Amino acid sequence: MQQTRAVELGTGLFVFMGIVALFFLTTRVSSFDEYAGQEGYELQARFDQVGTLKVRAPVSIAGVQIGRVTAIEFDTERLEAVVTMRIASQYDRIPADSDASILTSGILGGQYVGLQPGGAEDYLAAGDEILYTQSAVVLEQLISKYLFNQAGAGE
Amino acid sequence: MTAPRVPGWRRLLLEAGYSLRDFFGTFGAGQLFLLRILASLPYALARPRLVIQQVYVAGVQSLVVIMLAGLFVGMVLALQGHNTLSRFGAEDTIGMVAALGLVRELGPVVTALLFAGRAGTALSSEIGLMKATDQLAGMEMMAVDPIKRVVAPRFLGGVIAVPILTLIFNAMGIFGAWLEAVIVLGVDEGAFWSQMQAQVDLQDDVLSGIVKSVFFGVAASLLAVFEGYNCVPTAEGVGRATTRAVVHTSLTVLVLNFMLTAWLLGGN
Repeated sequence: MQQTRAVELGTGLFVFMGIVALFFLTTRVSSFDEYAGQEGYELQARFDQVGTLKVRAPVSIAGVQIGRVTAIEFDTERLEAVVTMRIASQYDRIPADSDASILTSGILGGQYVGLQPGGAEDYLAAGDEILYTQSAVVLEQLISKYLFNQAGAGE
Repeated sequence: MTAPRVPGWRRLLLEAGYSLRDFFGTFGAGQLFLLRILASLPYALARPRLVIQQVYVAGVQSLVVIMLAGLFVGMVLALQGHNTLSRFGAEDTIGMVAALGLVRELGPVVTALLFAGRAGTALSSEIGLMKATDQLAGMEMMAVDPIKRVVAPRFLGGVIAVPILTLIFNAMGIFGAWLEAVIVLGVDEGAFWSQMQAQVDLQDDVLSGIVKSVFFGVAASLLAVFEGYNCVPTAEGVGRATTRAVVHTSLTVLVLNFMLTAWLLGGN
């Protein structure tokens, strides 16, 4: 009997340690996807060039993350990229004439969508489209532009 | 299975064929064995005390090994990472590097390998010895199915223990990385944790590691009980079965790891 109790105690402690480890891994080590189960609404924006923007990239306004990119599609009619993003519902007062641009965090960081608030009185609602957009900067295009300018100046 | 007497290269071909047939035969026998165990699981679950006993043997008695291994793997990851990353002035990312390496790959794989060495061998030699001393035959004589009574609880104990051991290994590894990076090498503590939290994703990294460890737990436990149950019932046979259990588990885990990684990364 004594031995059974020791086994049960040991196993209980073992499983408890596993739960503590899982708790540590979820809270300290990794980030919850805060926007996964939360209420939110979807916005769309069209870009000529999305660069290396990926699904689940952050959407931020004034540097604060307010949502995530949920889909990136190519519109064969208008030959543009359509980026769908999900914004947390507490941020429902974004002016309708805000503009969206694709930015890069740091030199080697990933790309994200940055919103720049406009001044309109009415707000973006679910399903709306952000009309003013600025495409991602592609390094090769920048360099070739620079080189063409140099060549032009030399003549 | 020896090949009949035929000369020259045909003999080689025949032997290759025989070993291929043996391989698939064993593979199939393993699958059938797994099905028999799965069919006996309700019996094992109806006697939780037997299962708890086996979780204790497989888990608690491997705990010290796992924790020490995790600590040192984490520490060496931080040391190596620091050595390389500091050349680029990126030693702040060391927490992220160590945590990703641990939760995605090293945690599940090293835990499964250590489990095979610590608990898998014990399982197969125990069952093999029961077979060699006719205990299994005795049970059958008393109309007790040894798969239900002996094999299924041990299998289930291993399957429960491995993911928990992996979690503990991961936590210890990150603690070890913190110890080495922050305390010994002087990396900024805030950067260590914040970089880690920013880049390690609960679903893609932590949970995919746990999914892996569940598969490894099934593979390691199945191979251990299978080799033990099917050993040649002699002293030598038990020894061989134990060796085979470790070797086969290690190889299976490494191959399975590649396939699982390809599968888990495939979605992105």
